[in-house]
Amino acid sequence: MSAAPATTSVTLTREGNQISLTGRLTISRAEALEQDLAAALDAIEGPVTLDILAVERMDTVGAWLVHRLLRDRPGSTLEGASADAVRLLAEVKAADVPCIMRPESRPFFRRELERLGAYMFEFFNTIGASLAFIGITLIAAGRALVSRRGFRWNSVFIQMEQTGVNALGIIGLMSFLVGIVIAQQGAVQLRQFGADVFVINLVGRATFRELGILLTAIMVAGRSASAFAAQIGAMKLAEEVDAMRTIGLDPVEVLVLPRVIALMLMMPLLAFFASVLAVIGGGLFTWISLDIPPATFVQRIREVVPMSDFWIGLSKAPAFGLVIAVIGCFQGFQVSGNAESVGYRTTLAVVQSIFLVIVLDAFFAVFYTQLGFD
Amino acid sequence: MGPTSPAALLAPVISVRGLVNRFGDQTVHDGLDLDVLPGEILGVVGGSGSGKSVLMRSIIGLQVPAEGRIEVFGREVSGIDATENKELTRQWGILFQGGALFSGLTVAENVLVPLREYFNLSEGLMAEIASYKIAMVGLPAEAGPKYPSELSGGMKKRAALARSLALDPKLLFLDEPTAGLDPIAADGFDTLIRTLAETMQLTVFLITHDLDTLHAICDRVAVIADKKIIAVDTVSALAKLDHPWMQEYFNGPRGRAAAATAKQDGGRAAAATAKQDGGRAAAATAKQDGDRAAAAPPGLAKTHETGPESS
Repeated sequence: MSAAPATTSVTLTREGNQISLTGRLTISRAEALEQDLAAALDAIEGPVTLDILAVERMDTVGAWLVHRLLRDRPGSTLEGASADAVRLLAEVKAADVPCIMRPESRPFFRRELERLGAYMFEFFNTIGASLAFIGITLIAAGRALVSRRGFRWNSVFIQMEQTGVNALGIIGLMSFLVGIVIAQQGAVQLRQFGADVFVINLVGRATFRELGILLTAIMVAGRSASAFAAQIGAMKLAEEVDAMRTIGLDPVEVLVLPRVIALMLMMPLLAFFASVLAVIGGGLFTWISLDIPPATFVQRIREVVPMSDFWIGLSKAPAFGLVIAVIGCFQGFQVSGNAESVGYRTTLAVVQSIFLVIVLDAFFAVFYTQLGFD
Repeated sequence: MGPTSPAALLAPVISVRGLVNRFGDQTVHDGLDLDVLPGEILGVVGGSGSGKSVLMRSIIGLQVPAEGRIEVFGREVSGIDATENKELTRQWGILFQGGALFSGLTVAENVLVPLREYFNLSEGLMAEIASYKIAMVGLPAEAGPKYPSELSGGMKKRAALARSLALDPKLLFLDEPTAGLDPIAADGFDTLIRTLAETMQLTVFLITHDLDTLHAICDRVAVIADKKIIAVDTVSALAKLDHPWMQEYFNGPRGRAAAATAKQDGGRAAAATAKQDGGRAAAATAKQDGDRAAAAPPGLAKTHETGPESS
């Protein structure tokens, strides 16, 4: 067949209200055909006689347009339909069951109200469910303590490697650079008072007490909370979690406990590592820029940073590790339905764990100051 | 519709010559040739890992073959530009093994995706097209606004079929359409494909493991073994060929049960066709007792041959 142009001639005859169609009634000509038919029908009152004798080819879309015309104009008749066309029309007619495209949407105000309600419900539900999850984790820990099998140290060590050892590079680099930045910015300000040497106080106290642990926690939240949520979420989608239950393994004990323990053990070490690297970064800057030799720098650090700063910093680490691991695993278990949900929950895990880490840090700051460590 | 019909005299819809596919040092296809004729339902069978899906992916251009020439509608698939490719993909519909519905869209929106992409139809007409496609594949209207994750496996397959039929393609690729369906649903699906192929004059490339499907709807069957198509013929002719794998495949216990069912259905279908016209009625009747005999062990299948006569 030659590539003839869309021949959709619609003819009206005076006597019989007749529309004749020629050419191809196919989906690629449906746009023009629909408009032409509508225009022709506007000019006709009452029943129509449709002649499709000259139609070369018809697909279901063409058949649908013919069917729709016959349906909407009661009493209309069809002429010149081939056996194939009749069968196609019957097929389309049988399938004439309108369905809606997407779930009903409500009026704007109600929809927004509903969203707000759903959000609040979700918010409080998440708080309750995550508290329950911590409880379940503690129970599983207690059970593992008294059981003969004990903790799954193998998994714990694997997780320690993945969340801790493998993170050393990025955390070290980040802390080193932050140390330099603090020293440099501090030096610019303190030089105005001729108090350059207090840069050492600034770097030492800020990193050991606050920044080392906080930056580490944020980095680990971004790195490991997301990984936990995605790993467990993907396992849940693949029904691996259900399979564990049926074999008699407790998913919380197998999946959550090792991650929580690993992170609680690794966080203090990572925080210490980060603080040291930040101090080295600051020391390097003061040596190059302020001509303070490393030996003097170390001497000053030992004088100005009280041991309590160091312990306060490290004491926060296990708490942060617990929060990050629990949130990550909890969001992983909330995955359901489709792959999209894994992405959503992973995002939530990162956002919530970073937020909670900062809230917790503020709490610790007030708490230790009130205890008299300042 | 068979190989002896006039359609067979026309140029093939798909023509594969000397196809070679390699993954690393593993050769999947080595000089594979295949023709799919217009209007036929061609079944493709082969053991697991024999490269059935790879063959399909090569034909539709998702897998670039190491060597060989593949023509679809007389146009070579590899080395065409984006516009030609779009023109070509408009003419085929593909049902992937897992359905591959877009999970973020409802069933109806999934069907609308190709319509929106290729045509500038009015919203009303597009919604109507989506609705009747959904009804045609046997889904209830309630399924339209549902998301794929809310559907059962069989409904997902039907929804995916509706999407693959959205543009009224001339050529349909089906990758294991009945895998994972229960026998009743699988029979329903077979009937559906046959009916749609007849009314819409489709050419169907069908990968399957389902012997009942082969007997029920395939005009010809291509067998992949030893990295080639070793035979293309009707099921009954293939069963007589002397090749160890084919003998085991078609004449093993499952193969015999399916053949017995098909024979029995054939008789009933012919009778039904005589009474009521139209292949649909025949297929619908054939469907009813198909699964019982297929599910029964081979011994029982024999007794079934006489069973339905009395009922």
